[in-house]
Amino acid sequence: MTILSIRDLSVEFRTRSGVVKALEHVSFAVNAGETVGIVGESGSGKSVMAFTLMGILDRAGEVTAGTAHFSPNGEETYDLLKTPEKVLRTLRGKELSMIFQNPRTALNPIRRVGKQIEDVLRCHANLPQTQLKPRALELLASVRIPDPEQRYGAYPYELSGGLCQRIMIALALACSPKLLIADEPTTGLDVTTQATVMNVLRELSVQHQMATVLITHDLALASEYCDRIVVMHAGHVVESAPTHQLFTSPLHPYTAKLIAATPEPHKGFADLLPILGNLPDLRSLTLPPCRFSARCDRHTEVCDQPPLQRGWINDDHFVACWHPLDKPLSTPEATVQSA
Amino acid sequence: MTTSTLDSQSFSANAPGPQGLLTVQNLHKLFPVGGTPTHPKQLHAVDGVNFSIGEGESVGLVGESGCGKSTLIRLITRLLDPTDGQIWFNQELISPISSRHFSQHPMRSQLQMVFQDPTDSLNPRYTAFDTITEPLKRLGNMRDRQALRDRASELAELVGLPSELLPRFPHQLSGGQKARVGIARAIALNPKLLILDEPTSALDVSVQAIILHLLADLKQRLGMSYLFVSHDLNVVRLLCDRVLVMYLGKIVEVGTASEIFTQARHPYTQALVDAIPSFESKPKTLALTGEPRSPINPDPQVCRLVGRCPQAGDRCHQDMPELVAIAPKHHVACHWVTDPAFTSTT
Repeated sequence: MTILSIRDLSVEFRTRSGVVKALEHVSFAVNAGETVGIVGESGSGKSVMAFTLMGILDRAGEVTAGTAHFSPNGEETYDLLKTPEKVLRTLRGKELSMIFQNPRTALNPIRRVGKQIEDVLRCHANLPQTQLKPRALELLASVRIPDPEQRYGAYPYELSGGLCQRIMIALALACSPKLLIADEPTTGLDVTTQATVMNVLRELSVQHQMATVLITHDLALASEYCDRIVVMHAGHVVESAPTHQLFTSPLHPYTAKLIAATPEPHKGFADLLPILGNLPDLRSLTLPPCRFSARCDRHTEVCDQPPLQRGWINDDHFVACWHPLDKPLSTPEATVQSA
Repeated sequence: MTTSTLDSQSFSANAPGPQGLLTVQNLHKLFPVGGTPTHPKQLHAVDGVNFSIGEGESVGLVGESGCGKSTLIRLITRLLDPTDGQIWFNQELISPISSRHFSQHPMRSQLQMVFQDPTDSLNPRYTAFDTITEPLKRLGNMRDRQALRDRASELAELVGLPSELLPRFPHQLSGGQKARVGIARAIALNPKLLILDEPTSALDVSVQAIILHLLADLKQRLGMSYLFVSHDLNVVRLLCDRVLVMYLGKIVEVGTASEIFTQARHPYTQALVDAIPSFESKPKTLALTGEPRSPINPDPQVCRLVGRCPQAGDRCHQDMPELVAIAPKHHVACHWVTDPAFTSTT
């Protein structure tokens, strides 16, 4: 069952120095119980997408096209981009919730963490007053917080980064949402804590058949915990495929380069290949149709002519490239162009 | 007096006095955190650490946040005064020089640091040129404008920063360029030892690979030693000859990078290596559960990993393990590994 289906989403920011085309024609879908990873460098629009879905986009941002259909229970369907704020408020925290990047700034610093969880329950869970605390303690225990009774009364500054992160998760999962957006849930955590937090998330998503969107720049982490991966570059979805397929046969040159640039246990120094160049300036009026073209070594003239080639290789493998890696570079069009 | 706490067979650097470029002996740093005058509460951030770094060697320091990595490097760079212990640098004892005076000490130029976040560690009102020439003016006694300009463009070329970017302010530079400015500042005075505190953790993978190549290249060209602090073990493995693993103020395992990654013996190191994410591997089953012990007034007899360790036994509650050599360059502080009669209770 599809919980979230985004089609053709475009977002622009109006700034003093021009219009930033932050997202362009982004489409993907997430099914119940599935974890979809969104990977890409910083500045590729991952967080903007998360904020757009939650309806908390900065005022300078504007959705210029697209739909984001969210069907929490298979009966009602909301277009998150057009739902009025009043309805959104009943959805957020209940059917749809988000884990923010930095738990220390996302939690209320002057309220005990147990109370913060109770606040969510009071708004959405319809529990009698006496049941709030036991349920909050249950939630703290469910994210593997040792000694929940004692942590219930703690302020965020008294807890370590890993514990704060787990409080954020408990908050986000308080009402068993149907869709969870986790924006870099483990940046700043140690590898051991990272594994604990990710295991908790994975278990809960299986238990509640929750759909998860995991936003990360860590390709290795995404490969471990995601069923499907969407690769973003400068506001475009460049490739999307099941995890195994993406890593064994990447089709977009950017995906292949990302994989080559990630340090891995078996990789030596010589195998670590940097991606040269930077993301293009998204304010530019003359953005090429393929925003990777300036960094790409398979670039030919056909790449500079709109529209951008977008295609499904098979049922679940999407790639936005004229010269995907499974084809030799000299395609008939390319030879015609260069001739 | 310091050697009494050291196990004589455990550490090649045990003979008192300096060895190699940097020698750290029995280093302690305790922070007072309240309590009463008769029963002070003290946080043992660094607790009896010994190691040495040879000329041209690069040593990695890994461990989770809160284990004392940052305190240890602040002690070595003499930004903090140790409670006890010695630091020898270049055959000179630098630990008695107070941190207030060390900033003007001639030794300061030999011992430089690259900070974690390239954005936070650059002065927003200094151009790249100002930042790079600041140490030359303060410690290198260079005043001549033309000489400063020449040296700055030489350094920019060395770190691969286009020299037309030198008049720019940090907010006009990209993350990778800011990292290069930070590195150029640190190598401006030709230091012997460069301490790198998570130099790539704030960078994207694409840029991280470039900076790692740059660091490896600079080490070879300038013959510096590195102390590389990171929690990304994949990065440490690429850049370091030897790795120190730290847990709650103690060094628990030392070995060559390949030994640490393929034959880790300490349960903590094993858990750390297991937890490294890699492509297409299964989600981890965790060896370590629970939370770390409190570093405030820890029991000196109890191994710090007790409570999280899957192998803990009776002896771990009564006797703090010391670093013991199990191979020529491989030392482990764990009864489970070094005590043949050890039985775990779990």
